[in-house]
Parts: sequence; C-alpha cells; structure tokens
Amino acid sequence: MPNTLLTVATRKGTFLLESDDRRDWRLRGPYCEGWPVYHAIYDPTTGEIYAAAASEWHGTTVFRSGDLGETWEQSSEGLSYGDEDGRRISKASTLARAGDRLLVGVEAPGIFESRDNGETWSLLSTLSGQHGSEEWDDPASQPPGHLGISGFVTDPDDSDSFFAIVQGIGAFETEDGGSSWTPRNKGLRRDWPADYEDVGFCVHKLVRSSDPQRMYQQNHVGMHRSDDAGQTWTEITEGLPGDFGFAAAVHPHDRDTFYVIPVDGGHGRTMHEGKATVWRTRDAGSSWQPMRQGLPQENAHLGVLRQGMTIDSHDVPGVYFGSSTGQVFASIDEGDTWSEIASYLPSISSVDVAVID
Amino acid sequence: MADLRLPGTLTPLFPGLPRHVEIEAVNVLGAIDELEQRWPGLRDRLVAEGPALRSHIHVYVDGERAGLETPVAERSRLDVIAAISGG
Repeated sequence: MPNTLLTVATRKGTFLLESDDRRDWRLRGPYCEGWPVYHAIYDPTTGEIYAAAASEWHGTTVFRSGDLGETWEQSSEGLSYGDEDGRRISKASTLARAGDRLLVGVEAPGIFESRDNGETWSLLSTLSGQHGSEEWDDPASQPPGHLGISGFVTDPDDSDSFFAIVQGIGAFETEDGGSSWTPRNKGLRRDWPADYEDVGFCVHKLVRSSDPQRMYQQNHVGMHRSDDAGQTWTEITEGLPGDFGFAAAVHPHDRDTFYVIPVDGGHGRTMHEGKATVWRTRDAGSSWQPMRQGLPQENAHLGVLRQGMTIDSHDVPGVYFGSSTGQVFASIDEGDTWSEIASYLPSISSVDVAVID
Repeated sequence: MADLRLPGTLTPLFPGLPRHVEIEAVNVLGAIDELEQRWPGLRDRLVAEGPALRSHIHVYVDGERAGLETPVAERSRLDVIAAISGG
C-alpha cells in the first residue's frame, strides 16, 4: 500500500498519484468515466475515495471507491431539491467528512449529507434565513449561476461543528450540525457595496491550522488571518504580489506557516508575470517569501483553483498543487524546492492528499 | 415491447446495462422508470428535477424528438441520445 496518496480531480475524471517515498510517483486513472470532477478526497475514516462530479449530460453525482480506485460506484439518490422546489442542482462542488456524516456542497447553495458513506443523500441545510439567502433561494437565481457551497472546514473533535462557504456571500459556522448558522465574516475586506454588514464577502478558501483558534482565508480581496477561530479577521496581504487567489494550505504542525498562490485577479486568473510561484509565510502573514525553485519561471500561465493545493501530515510535510494546465507539482521540503510529478492531465480542479498507515 | 437504445456513456455506470433494451411502457417517462426498476439510479442520469429530460439528453420515439410524456407504442423504437456538446 502506498504511503502517500494524492487524489486529483480534473475536468475529465479522477486520477490517483501514489508514492512510498514522495519522490517516485505512480499515476493511475482516469476514473469516474471521464466526468468533470470538482473535488475528490480520500476519507481516512472509511478508507474510501469520494469524487463530486457533474456532467452536462447526466447531471450531478458522487462517485466512490472502497479499494483505492480499482472499482467505482456512483449515487445521487436523494441529491435533489425535489420536483416542486424550483431550485436545481447544477454541480456538486465540494466534499468533507464530519464524523459519521459525509458532506457535499452543491450549487444552487445547499449542503447534503450521507450517513451511509455515499450510497444515499439527504438535504442537511440550505442556510435558509441567513442574510443573502433570499437571493440564493430565489428560483430565478438558479444555475447556471455563480452561487454554491464551495468549501467546508470541519472539526475533527466535533462532528456537529463546521464552516461552510457560500460563494459570493461569505463563511458561516454551525455548531449544531447544520440546524443554525452564524456568519463569520467580521473584519474581512470587501471593495463593493453590500446590503448587509455580516454577509456579502467573497471567501475563496478557508483553512484551520493545528491550533483551532488560528485560521486563514484567501478572499477575493486579500489574505486574512483569524486568531479567534473565525470570529474576527485581519488582513495579511502586504508583501504578496496581489490580493486575489484561490488556493491556500496551512502547515499541519506549525500554525504560523501558511501557503498561498496569488493569481491575477482579472479574468485571466493565472500566476503573476507568467512565473509559477507559491508564497509562504513563517510568521502568520507578517512577511511572505516566494517559493520558485523547480517551478517554471517563463511563460508559465498556470491557474490553481480553490481546492487545488494541499499539504500532507508527514513530520516534514509535503506541499502539492495542481494547475489548470494539468500539471501536479510537489515539494517535500516545505516549499523550498519543487518538482513536477504529473504532466498533461486534464485541467485540475482539486488535489487532496492522504498519508496512509 | 418497445425497442430502446441507450447511449454508451451510461453503460460504465451500471453493471450489466446493455445498449439495447426491450421495454414495456406507455410513454417515455414510463420507459425510464422501468429502466430505474432494473438499474437503480439510472433515472437520475437522464431526468432532472421537474421532472424534465436533462438538457443534453435527447429522446426520439420512432424518429421524432420526444418529451417525457410522449406516448410509446407496442413496437416503438426509442433512441436516447447524449447530445453532441462539450469538448
């Protein structure tokens, strides 16, 4: 069995990269029959791989494999707002394990849960009643649109406590398994008018460090840090080449070390100046250092999406990211040097890593 | 029995699903529901909320573009097509 497993979701299926030493990697795939896959994860609780997918032809579903990709099944049973509701599911965007729940976030915004490891699904919450929900609950705003649940942050010690991101609206926290929600956007920057004080923020990526009080987020306008578990946020953009990006990852053993990939905030959304660069802070965002060694530095117009960077849990953690141009890059020295471990894949939506005992 | 043809994109998802199925139904939705009985989950791959045929799924009954309510006769031929799109 490989020691380290990367699950790579792409526009044309799921791929697996596995290694015993994080130097030599074996690539397998494509799996999930070439469907557009938006997020694929290895679930250490069950040993299953899950892949959230949506096809123009065959709708939205979640694939699962209990044998590290050898065989796959898929199910969307219950993954629907129903015939009468008016809301439509155009995409399953993100997955997370929260205790005995498997969560999937969908567009139009909603969270579905599975208590049987992906065989069946039921609606957990649409965050109904939150400021902003009148827009995302309006059938006239239904997909193809721009709003969805784009990410979760779960709590390994409390399955009822987790964050969910509503695209273009902000981050929300529940402490009762999705029955009630609290906006967690205080202190975030926004450069546009908004109807409400507590929502109307564009949270791209939210991560929690080994210290649960310390969180980071890449926002549409700025990097931010929280030292009180998301209650309040402070901007830490200074020193970065721009305030826009999607991908972010936090060191598993050091709450002050954090990685981001700034990209052009216009419509290009590729790395600045055609130089592939991961930026690292060792001091919680007081200063930033560019990590470029081993990454292409000329005419490298790579994009990386919000689930596109991850970090493993080895003592000296490996950092990984997958690009819109189908490469996977890895660093096993905390970002100092990089190597390309997969090339010519379809455009990458997500990269997840697991260390398997 | 009506003669129903399915797109190749479905067969990897449902073990044992042939491309060609004989089916008894009064209309297209009935035919799809009959498929669902034999291969649970298949309806979701063809039918969206509403219910409505998924936008890139086209069904023809005896050569004519059909909807879910289109009647199916004893010896009809149904072609379920995954429309050419994407890239």
